[in-house]
Formats: sequence, structure tokens, C-alpha cells
Amino acid sequence: MSEDAIIKKFMYVNRKSPYGTIYALESLEVVLITAAFDQDVSLTFTDDGVYQLMKDQKTDGIGMKNFSSTYAALGDYEIKKIFVDKESLDERGLSLSDLQELVWEDEDEDYAEKSSINLVSRADLSKIMNEQDIVMSF
Amino acid sequence: MKLGILINEGPYQHQASDTALQYVKAAIQKGHEIYRVFFYNDGVNNATRLATPPQDDRNITKEWSALAKNHNIDLVVCVAAAQRRGILDKGEAERNGKDSDNIEEGFRISGLGQLVEAGIQSDRLITFGD
Repeated sequence: MSEDAIIKKFMYVNRKSPYGTIYALESLEVVLITAAFDQDVSLTFTDDGVYQLMKDQKTDGIGMKNFSSTYAALGDYEIKKIFVDKESLDERGLSLSDLQELVWEDEDEDYAEKSSINLVSRADLSKIMNEQDIVMSF
Repeated sequence: MKLGILINEGPYQHQASDTALQYVKAAIQKGHEIYRVFFYNDGVNNATRLATPPQDDRNITKEWSALAKNHNIDLVVCVAAAQRRGILDKGEAERNGKDSDNIEEGFRISGLGQLVEAGIQSDRLITFGD
């Protein structure tokens, strides 16, 4: 790939609940493609976007495809920076234990599984966003 | 400056595409380069030539098409998002066994890699969406 020389910091900001609109699913599609371009990818989940990571999702009743297992594969795509907005969880009466565990394998430590999820305040999130080259919001 | 443009909403329902059009025109006037305009989510609906808005209203698709022709702008529609929503060029229509295509002149259908590439190659990527 001719773009190999340039590595930019891409952040995807997920703000919507998973099935009410298509944004969550189509955001995930861009995320996976960006990883294939060997870019520095991170994800943020904020506002209703935190619902995307809820564990034990069941979609039979609404006739839609349950794509929540895809998030668990992000580690295999070398996506290991996942930021969850703490205030958004608090506002919804949620905590980290309501979310899926997302991990990546550290090659340098005998493939030890490490958590990809970082619980961050909005103030910290704003700093992290400022460090990005590209922010795409879905 | 080299600019990449991402449009995530369809025409008329949402102002995103109108605003992007005005933005791109202004950027060109100021001497900036538009590296690519990428249509994603319902934004792919901007590419259908079959839309027939009332005659006293703007035709957003035609405006994009004219702008692309006059300034040689690359208008790319995401293939996966387009297939979901029935936006097809001739090749896609044939491949999927559909009886017609509907893409406007000046638009082309391609993959999401074109969006990532626009992010990598442009100085700024500007999103128009909800």
C-alpha cells in the first residue's frame, strides 16, 4: 500500500444506541477498514453510544442482526484503545460491569490478554480528541 | 489546503449535503483543493439521478454533478452503504441481478478504503452529518 509511510491518528466517536439507527453498525465497518490500512485507530463511546458495548444483547425481538460480537474482535485488528465516557455511563445508571470485556493480546508479554477499555472523564476525553489527526463521529 | 469531505446524511431530509455543497464551493473559490467527497450512511442517497424534486426547489444531486464536472472533483459513494439503500451503477446492477442502475453522472461507487485514504492524504477531513 502506498499509504504505508503515513500513519495518522483516527478516532471514531460513537454517540448513538446500537439499533435505533444504522450509525453504530456502519461506524464499525469504517473502523475495521481503517485498521486494515495500518492506521492508529481509537474508539470513543459517549452519550447513548455506551449502549453499543452492553453485554448480553439479544435482538431476536426486533428482527435485527446482533452485531455486538464484532466489538470483541477489535483486539484482533490491533485496535486496543477504546475510551468509554464515564459521565455517560453514570447518567444512564450503568457501570463497566454492564459492558462486554474487550481485550487485546500483548505479543511482548507472551500474548497476555489486556483490557482495551479505558474509562475516562469528559475532560480527559477532550484532551485525547485534541491529539487526533482525524475524528469521525457517528 | 487539501480537503477531504465526508457526507453522512441524505438530501432534503437533512441540511448536511446542502451545507457541504456551499462549503466545497467556498473552499474552491478560496483556492483550496478538494481531494475527494465521500458519501456514507444515508449520504449515498445524494447520488441517485432518479430523484425528482419540485421544479422550484434545488436539485442537490444535479448540483453535485455539475460541481464535479466543472472542477474535476472526485465524488465517491460507499459500495456497502449504497447496496443496502439501492444505489447502483451499471456494474453493480449487473453483478447483483438488478434491472436498472440509478447513479448520477460524476459519482462513482467504491469501497470505504477511499474514505480512509482521503483521511490520510488530506490536510483536513470535514464531516457533514447529524
